[in-house]
Amino acid sequence: MDGSHTQKLGSRSIAASLNGACVKFGDFTALADISLDIEPGDFWTILGPSGCGKSTMLRLVSDLVPPASGTVEIFGKTTEAARLAREFAFVFQDATLLPWRSALKNVELPLEIGRKRGITIPVGDRTPRELLELVGLKGREDALPHELSGGMRQRVAIARALVCQPKLLLMDEPFGALDEMTRDHLNLQLLDIWKETGTTILFVTHSISESVFLGQKVLMLESNPGRVKEVVDIDLPLPRKIALRDTPQFNTYCARLRELLEEC
Amino acid sequence: MSVSEAAVGETSPQNRLSEQSRSRLMNIAIPLGTAVALLLTWQLGVRLFNVPKYIAPAPTDILAVFRDEFPLLMRNFWPTFIESLAGFFIGNMAAILIAIAFVHSRLVERAFFPIAVFINTIPILAIAPILVLIFGPGMTAKVVIAALICFFPTLVNMVRGLQSVSPQALELARILSASKSEVFWKIRLPSSLPFLFSALKIAATTCVIGAIVGEWIGANVGLGALIIESTFNFRSPLLYATVFVSSGLSVFLFVSVTIAEKLIIRW
Repeated sequence: MDGSHTQKLGSRSIAASLNGACVKFGDFTALADISLDIEPGDFWTILGPSGCGKSTMLRLVSDLVPPASGTVEIFGKTTEAARLAREFAFVFQDATLLPWRSALKNVELPLEIGRKRGITIPVGDRTPRELLELVGLKGREDALPHELSGGMRQRVAIARALVCQPKLLLMDEPFGALDEMTRDHLNLQLLDIWKETGTTILFVTHSISESVFLGQKVLMLESNPGRVKEVVDIDLPLPRKIALRDTPQFNTYCARLRELLEEC
Repeated sequence: MSVSEAAVGETSPQNRLSEQSRSRLMNIAIPLGTAVALLLTWQLGVRLFNVPKYIAPAPTDILAVFRDEFPLLMRNFWPTFIESLAGFFIGNMAAILIAIAFVHSRLVERAFFPIAVFINTIPILAIAPILVLIFGPGMTAKVVIAALICFFPTLVNMVRGLQSVSPQALELARILSASKSEVFWKIRLPSSLPFLFSALKIAATTCVIGAIVGEWIGANVGLGALIIESTFNFRSPLLYATVFVSSGLSVFLFVSVTIAEKLIIRW
């Protein structure tokens, strides 16, 4: 693991700590007894068969669904306190941009919410304009979402997620709806952003190769009820290039994960 | 054959440009030509078969009314215009505010929606005399009738619009810890605007109907009053001219709403 990420945050606490967390929807147990510690600055990918609770896990961490039992802490705080302090940000599968706002105005949205109520909003080192530049959208600040391609919209959504400089970035299949070339490009860009910001990332995907390419650790979930099957350390060097996918080590990891998936 | 194929296949940029402007010209020319042809048929038919003027006046008779009776038409146009416009604003405003109340409280919706449906089922012609009895022969009754006729379509559309927000947008708002009023102003209200404008386009034409129906029941001035008066006096050219002014008013309001929509909704 790249130690510099940990140091940049200057925090020794755990980024996300789940302790016997369960999520229930009525009688249905979506997640059962999840216990995990995610170190600050780590990049985790979450993989598993569909319906195993990958998305539910992100929703649990982001205070969108409450745990039925057990606890979830983010940097030592409750999920609610972390949400109010904007310690984490969420990127959805669909970019979820407001169609009447320009790209720049969409990125500025988190800064506007709560401002009139006198809530202190953490402002990142980068301005919304600089964030759009970081995701490669310089010059498209005034474009409306319908004027942008799917990949561009998702990049605006990532810039919006970064605007409050979150210490934890939750991503729910953000590139799932994109074509392969756009996806490769955004994967590389995401690794750059991760390196530059030093944020912790939890990334849900249904692509084995994406999970290996991005993650330092792959969290494999199994279904009925959703629970941890295994955490696989991906010991591949950083920074990563597309050519990494053609190496035998990469393919060994992929094969191992495929095997695990088949057992689920 | 090969020559004609080459001629068809050839689309130099210049040709394409002139083709585009030609098709745009045709778009205007076809309906305009049809209208002119219909007017000519009307004119010729009336003159050819010697139809009495009081049964069906010729277009030229109606034009003559516009020339000779223009002050009379205008004197009756303004009250109807003001009533329609006032009814449009009051009816739509009420519908928007009640839609907001419905979306914020299930209880309010359950209490008042059936009543709104019931009021909507009463034919406007049946309720108009009641309103004239209540509000008297002045402008108020007409404004209320125009407002009432606008109210229901806008209410239904606005409720749908305010509920049209995607669940993910609401999750985003929750993650940003947005308050109820922030969700309303920044997400719900803007997403409802396309729905609101389709309702306003309906209202732009119906409010004129409301005002005219109100004037039928009892009024001394207004396009509705003029329609009744000219009918009873067999002044058919004046009746036709009044009908054209009425539809002109509807078209004006409709076009105004359409322009406002184009300016506001750019997504």
